[in-house]
Amino acid sequence: MKKEFTCIVCPVSCNLVVEDTDGVLSVSNNQCKRGMRFGENEFKNPMRMLTTTVKITGSTVKRMPVISSDEIPKDRLFELVEMLYKVTLKSPIQRGGIVLKNIGNTGVDIIATRTIKSKIREE
Amino acid sequence: MKKRLMDLAVIGGGPAGLAAAIEAKKQGIDKVIIIERDNCLGGILQQCIHDGFGLHRFGKRLSGSEYADNCIVEAENEKIEVAYETIVLEITAEKVIYAMSSDEGIVEYHCKTIILAMGCRERTRSQAFIWGTRPSGVLTAGTVQRYINIEGYLPGKKAVILGSGNIGLIMARRMPLEGMSVEGVYELMKSPGGLTRNISQCLVDYDIPLHLSTTVVRIHGQQKIEGVTVAEVDAKRNPIKGTERYIECDLLVLAVGLIPENELTRQLHIEIDSKTNGPRVDENFMTSMNGVFACGNVVTVFDLVDYVSQSGEIAARGAAGYIQGSLKLKEEYTDITPGENVSFVVPQRIRAGNLDSGLPLYFRVKSRDENVVVTAIAGDCVCYRKKHRIVLPPEMLVEELESSSICENAGKNGIIINVTGSVV
Ligand SMILES: Cc1cc2nc3c(=O)[nH]c(=O)nc-3n(C[C@H](O)[C@H](O)[C@H](O)COP(=O)(O)OP(=O)(O)OC[C@H]3O[C@@H](n4cnc5c(N)ncnc54)[C@H](O)[C@@H]3O)c2cc1C
Ligand code: SF4
Repeated sequence: MKKEFTCIVCPVSCNLVVEDTDGVLSVSNNQCKRGMRFGENEFKNPMRMLTTTVKITGSTVKRMPVISSDEIPKDRLFELVEMLYKVTLKSPIQRGGIVLKNIGNTGVDIIATRTIKSKIREE
Repeated sequence: MKKRLMDLAVIGGGPAGLAAAIEAKKQGIDKVIIIERDNCLGGILQQCIHDGFGLHRFGKRLSGSEYADNCIVEAENEKIEVAYETIVLEITAEKVIYAMSSDEGIVEYHCKTIILAMGCRERTRSQAFIWGTRPSGVLTAGTVQRYINIEGYLPGKKAVILGSGNIGLIMARRMPLEGMSVEGVYELMKSPGGLTRNISQCLVDYDIPLHLSTTVVRIHGQQKIEGVTVAEVDAKRNPIKGTERYIECDLLVLAVGLIPENELTRQLHIEIDSKTNGPRVDENFMTSMNGVFACGNVVTVFDLVDYVSQSGEIAARGAAGYIQGSLKLKEEYTDITPGENVSFVVPQRIRAGNLDSGLPLYFRVKSRDENVVVTAIAGDCVCYRKKHRIVLPPEMLVEELESSSICENAGKNGIIINVTGSVV
């Protein structure tokens, strides 16, 4: 089986070709090792970071931006986002605080990326 | 009217203004204030919740809000004064700033130096020349981004995106995650406006089609948008008859480019570069008015916020030099001009005598090319030379010239930046 991917590791954006010959992967068209690693992962198990927002109450700010502590399987993005939309946070929350631990048993935590005080500009 | 005396007033509390204010404090400038019209710092970054920021500056892939938070914490540590919910209305040639504050009414700031850091804003519908009715539901990508990421409000169910700039691509990925569908991205030009990476991770990942050489020719609907007509365009960008297609949608997202926000700059009669739409600046990011500096996206639309912060620091060191009287202001300027395949260069001119170490040059190519060499030429002397595998218009180039390499020829002839193809 042969698949093509755009390498998203650096701006050169090589057009990778990954070929599977009896379970052995070979990456071509890459211009560096990082591209080879990306091509192999993208073929086997594509992973992405997850960023979205979660509802927060008790502040003038209505959404808390969040990020995954590591990459998660690409094909689970929608399912995991659904889980996050069920969460409601209450301010104040510090940046770096864990919003959801080990989301969907991925081993990855969902982290707050902004400090939201109860009243904005409160000391 | 309240009157304040300041050493430095920074207008705008985005990453550029924050970096400038922090560096100014570190340089020993005492009375520094950031004037910000919003109720928080961080500028546009607050609504950029996706990751990929700060690789150069913090050595880590941060989200926009994390990058902003890093800068805000540093500003708090430096005890920088901030005037929130205060909008600058006018600046005079005497460096008096008139600002309207929600707490204090009109405030007058008398400043030794000013740094302009107002950022950029998006082109709107009238600037994209689309015909048809004027219904609601036609929004810029940045407005959609603000609605969804900050206000928590979904502005539609089925969107069409016009323009393939990076913000449009980022929003194309964002909307499906929020349960909105994206019918497609339409781009007038024959190549995408955004980075190839973003085409891949924002469109391909979410099965969103990209239609090149195609544009929206009409908007339908009276009160609320009901649909758009798209058509393919020819080489002269005129719609081709018979290719029209009607698409039902309740949201048209415009991602047709950014323009530096320079109303205040124009009011001051500061020289504007027609290529960048921002003020012409020198090696310290000083504008044509002595003591008035500019940094960040008000100067030119930088791709990377890391460069935005860097420009803020350069401007702050310039402002410190101006206050301390160490800046040479009499020396003739040497112009830096875009040559072959270069659309603009920032800074536009320099006083070599003010350079102590390197001089970073920020520029873009006009068209994609491979195996090129970037040269800086002064008369018949080559002061800089570097090879690049690939150059693309959406990817800003930054090259650092050694100040010692800028030879005497430069003064007379100016420096020309070329990106020439086909090096073997
Ligand atoms: C909608 C949008 C999305 C973007 N997305 C990305 C992205 O995904 N990745 C990326 O790298 N870059 C992105 N950018 C570019 C982004 O603007 C820069 O990376 C960075 O935020 C620029 O910093 P800045 O400080 O120059 O401007 P800004 O962040 O725009 O900050 C300018 C500040 O000045 C304030 N201001 C303006 N005028 C006045 C006034 N008269 N009085 C008082 N205050 C004033 C504004 O309120 C604002 O806080 C985006 C830009 C826009 C417009
Ligand atoms: S293969 Fe290497 S050079 Fe090519 S895009 Fe990927 S990281 Fe960049």
